[in-house]
Amino acid sequence: MLTLVSQFVIGGADLGAAFLFMFGLKRMSSPATAPSGIRVAGIGMIAAVLASFLYLFTVDTAARPHMMVNIGLAVTALLIGGVGAWFVGRKVAMTAMPQMVAIYNGMGGGAAGSIAAVELFGGRTHGATQLVVTLLGGLIGAVSLSGSLIAWAKLDGVLKKPLRVNGQQFANAAAMVATLAVAGVILASSLGQGPLWLTMPTWIWIFFACALVFGVLMTLPIGGADMPVVISIYNAFTGLAVGLEGFVLQNPALMIAGMVVGAAGLLLTVIMAKAMNRSIANVLFTNFGDVAKPKPGAIQGSERPTEASDAAIKMRYAGSVIIVPGYGLAAAHAQQKLFEFVKLLLAAKVSVRFAIHPVAGRMPGQMDVLLAEAGVPYDMIFQLDDINDDFASTDVALIIGANDVVNPAARTDKSSPIFGMPILNADKAKQVYVIKRGQGKGYSGIVNALFYSPNCNMVYGDAQAVLIKMIEAVRGLGAAAA
Amino acid sequence: MPAMNFDIAMTGFVALYIFMLAAFAGWVIIGNVPAILHTPLMSGSNFVHGIVVVGGLFALFNASTRLEQAIGFFAVLLGAGNAAGGYAVTDRMLAMFKTSDTKPKATHAHARVHHLKKS
Repeated sequence: MLTLVSQFVIGGADLGAAFLFMFGLKRMSSPATAPSGIRVAGIGMIAAVLASFLYLFTVDTAARPHMMVNIGLAVTALLIGGVGAWFVGRKVAMTAMPQMVAIYNGMGGGAAGSIAAVELFGGRTHGATQLVVTLLGGLIGAVSLSGSLIAWAKLDGVLKKPLRVNGQQFANAAAMVATLAVAGVILASSLGQGPLWLTMPTWIWIFFACALVFGVLMTLPIGGADMPVVISIYNAFTGLAVGLEGFVLQNPALMIAGMVVGAAGLLLTVIMAKAMNRSIANVLFTNFGDVAKPKPGAIQGSERPTEASDAAIKMRYAGSVIIVPGYGLAAAHAQQKLFEFVKLLLAAKVSVRFAIHPVAGRMPGQMDVLLAEAGVPYDMIFQLDDINDDFASTDVALIIGANDVVNPAARTDKSSPIFGMPILNADKAKQVYVIKRGQGKGYSGIVNALFYSPNCNMVYGDAQAVLIKMIEAVRGLGAAAA
Repeated sequence: MPAMNFDIAMTGFVALYIFMLAAFAGWVIIGNVPAILHTPLMSGSNFVHGIVVVGGLFALFNASTRLEQAIGFFAVLLGAGNAAGGYAVTDRMLAMFKTSDTKPKATHAHARVHHLKKS
């Protein structure tokens, strides 16, 4: 009787959680309703976690003697993991958000992989279907764990450069084949066919080791600007792994939540790939960020530097300004100073808008979050398609730490590696200012034709330092007038 | 699974139907999210896959060897971190998105209340 009631409560709580997750995500369709969306989903999560303690009424007979220890372990893990992550999540800087999302992806993948490991080591799977799904979920989860950790290390600056060795693709393929082969051995021998050679637990260890290595190899060669794609892919992977393990555990809430996230991650991956003019296959199976050497001498002219104060005064007396932020803004933590400057322009009756490229920054939407943090109202922020036609009628385009996303070569130069990528048409504005750390090329190593065009001036320096000078220049004008 | 003998076993095609419908629902729901919210959306969906902690708890409660307990502990630890952290950052980010007229309106309302209180 108790068993039946507990199963009924668990089932009900999980059903409620699945509904609240989808309802919560649905509320994210507008910034106005989004905050309530995450709270609704949070209620679902708490209900599902609390209800899962009722599993204790239905544990395996073999696990009964360990019940007290297991409860202790569960509560300890929940407290350490939950409270620790909560405080880190409350404190972490907004510029570090891509790293955090990578970490959470890895954690979810690791949890899904661990569930698969428990099922495999305990010999709990029955029949070929369940075993195959367990192995698949374990593989994807483990790849997501190690891959996300590498992504975190890159985003956090622990790993500075993409690591590419000769025969990288061969090594990746070998790791993948090895993982699948070991999975095949586990499958065949647990179905009573084929020799085992080693003990089953050894094979399971080897399986997870191979999967982890594969995740590392897959992520190591990827460059910084391709991170939006990578984070989206691992988001999808973790969702998929969770969904598959949900099937193994016969838990529809995990299946639904996992698949919804999997679909979300896939959709974001498609959007990111499109914004970089690459196919998903190209993203998955070639070295990301592997571009041809720039053709020397294709671009005439030279970069013309100018003073921050001159650029600021020009903008102060302009009618309209569009600002294009990129990763450099995040790297310099300059979002607050930028909005301070923008407020001065707004006070001087200049029309100011922000134009965001889908792959600006290190993860989808990173620029929007940074601007929101600085206090920029979201009705001043426009996406590529909504603002691109307006550059031609704009007095000044101010580009801060962005490069490839405004390179007109993507429109005109067929030999350019980024040809065909949708870009922001900042070059069509009457005057363009580019705030840039140095004269070097962008991440991709492609020369930016915009920097050499006659309507463009460069302001060299750290974005934050330059913006402080700009603010002073405009304030100085106000003081002089008064 | 011995522990879960529901009347409807989640096997074969039933599972595939659930996967199909959930994937479709996810695709449609997420497709409606504006690009400006893509980062909170991603951390929010990160939070949603934190539900894996429930699976981790199930695995840990049914663990009967040291190894299973250790891995189950690891699963719950990671799952709980995933869920709590994902929630914390998403909530923080979403609270930051404001429109131009949010602030003035708020202060107006505030001022009015003060005014009424005084009179």
